[in-house]
Amino acid sequence: MTEHEPHDRLYVLDRTDLQQLFDALRTRGYTVIAPQIENNVIIYGAVDRVEELPIGWTDVQAGGSYRLARRGDDALFGYTVGPHSWKRFLSPPLRMLWRARKTADGFEFIDDGSPPPRYALVGVRACELAAIQRLDDIYTRGAVIDDDYQARRGAAFIVAVNCGQAGATCFCASLGTGPSVGPGYDLALTELMEGEHRFVVAVGSERGAEVLAELPHRAASEGEIELAEAIVAQAASQMGRTLETAGLQELLYRNVEHPYWDAVAERCLTCGNCTLVCPTCFCFTIEDTTDLTGQIAERWRRTDSCFSTAFSFISSGSIRTSAKARYRQWLTHKLAGWQDQFGNIGCVGCGRCITWCPVGIDLTAEVAALRAEDVGQPPAEPILEMA
Amino acid sequence: MATKRKPRLAVWKFASCDGCQLSLLDCEDELLAVTGQVEIAYFLEASRAVLEGPYDVSLVEGSITTPGDAERIREIREASKFLVAIGACATAGGIQALRNFADVREFTAAVYAHPEYIDTLKRSSPIAEHVFVDFELRGCPINKYQLVEVISAYLHGRKPNIPTYSVCMECKLRGAPCVMVAAGIACLGPVTQAGCQALCPAYGRGCFGCYGPMETPNTAALTAWWRDQLGMAPAAIQRALRTYNAGSEAFRKESEAYEHAHD
Repeated sequence: MTEHEPHDRLYVLDRTDLQQLFDALRTRGYTVIAPQIENNVIIYGAVDRVEELPIGWTDVQAGGSYRLARRGDDALFGYTVGPHSWKRFLSPPLRMLWRARKTADGFEFIDDGSPPPRYALVGVRACELAAIQRLDDIYTRGAVIDDDYQARRGAAFIVAVNCGQAGATCFCASLGTGPSVGPGYDLALTELMEGEHRFVVAVGSERGAEVLAELPHRAASEGEIELAEAIVAQAASQMGRTLETAGLQELLYRNVEHPYWDAVAERCLTCGNCTLVCPTCFCFTIEDTTDLTGQIAERWRRTDSCFSTAFSFISSGSIRTSAKARYRQWLTHKLAGWQDQFGNIGCVGCGRCITWCPVGIDLTAEVAALRAEDVGQPPAEPILEMA
Repeated sequence: MATKRKPRLAVWKFASCDGCQLSLLDCEDELLAVTGQVEIAYFLEASRAVLEGPYDVSLVEGSITTPGDAERIREIREASKFLVAIGACATAGGIQALRNFADVREFTAAVYAHPEYIDTLKRSSPIAEHVFVDFELRGCPINKYQLVEVISAYLHGRKPNIPTYSVCMECKLRGAPCVMVAAGIACLGPVTQAGCQALCPAYGRGCFGCYGPMETPNTAALTAWWRDQLGMAPAAIQRALRTYNAGSEAFRKESEAYEHAHD
């Protein structure tokens, strides 16, 4: 991708022509994954038609609560984020790594030879694009590269969407990950509802430009560009939560023995929901299985959570048996240890862990409470807790 | 090459509905593979043919509710190398453990014309209260795939992949939306052990807790949320905790906390 003047590459795509974008992506061999409503929740799944999007719906979120509501217009992207995140498609929760068959003198691998799927991810929000880039750091920029992730990621076409509103559990503005979509997309849309229903389109890559070239479009006017900017600014002003990031790492490290963790542990269910909905939580475990006959063995990779006792199980047992140890591990790794590992904060401010915690535990509130009772001194011993 | 003797499998029943034994018969596709790998030595639900012990693997269904049961389970333990308790009755006392919260003599007096003939224990108790259990497979009923997994793991000397974390893990794995967060439905999933693939939440119902408490169940925090945020009455909370795994320690204690609470 080459640098470009933003205004040089802003175009307008009419709402009535959006189906042509879906069709162009499908013609190029992509499976289009986009928001849709299932069981009263906006999730991500395969779609063919624009009409399958949650047209006219929005979401009302709070700690431990999510409800859909009518918007009163026909907006296609008039909501924030639901329980799914794109990691489901780029790093599936359950994946077979290999299968082998016993032979007379050993074993042989059975290669299913299927190529990685080609996804066009439509409706990727700013925080979610930042989350995908966190996953890139983990899976493709470390000492070991995850081939499957790299293949899926490399094939993925990203149609980002600028948020026109923020939810009550959103705090991307605190982390600088949104609501305006940053670099890394192929195309980025801003939905304009005033006047003609249309999208201001930014082009972020050559292949994005190639796709747009196949669609009816025109250059955006100054007025349309200002309107798009105002919409995102409005979302930025609506953030329901904030997270103070100044000195965050030091705050968490020096308060590792703070009694406040006990208060959180009283409420924490250790169910793992926060890690499962988090778009950056990446931990997995490996399971080996055999069939009944012992002729076939398989190795599976399965999403794991630092809230399970098996996660920290070593020869002498689980080393994080208390809820306190597990919640502290999760939060401290996400906001502090991650900085040591990857150079940034592991949280993108999407608010999923707040909304989808069954008992509404709020990461931003817990950090604020800890900050209010900061012990102000570093711990006597260095903290050696790994991801 | 000498033919290796197939391990002998026995299936035993105590106070139960037979549903877990049926899970073995329900294996269908896998059943032939199972019988190809083990010799079914004792399984009255399936065959009257009975082979003498000892047995390599005993699957024990049901809870201990009579003095006779308590004696018989010791004999089975002595005759078994590897004993697996299967289902909520065998691992927590089952639905019949509701008697543990009341006076069983009152029940027998109310039900039987001649209660003096009934020789029963005050409590319905899980197998592990009486003998050493090598592995507990949860569920009401058990999941047939988990049963095949336990048998496969035993046959090939590996650890069975039976997680002890919450139902939420399986719910999110299958991509089902949380019924508590998205619909305000009371769900035991966060405090219940996985194993059912989150069957009920995937169909919009709250988890009933068939697999019993997960590894570190915070029932107090969950039920406080039900009461304060979902407006659930104490009696309803107690009923939710007192089903198939009412006798499990975590569910029993929490249900007792709501014992004297008034609606």
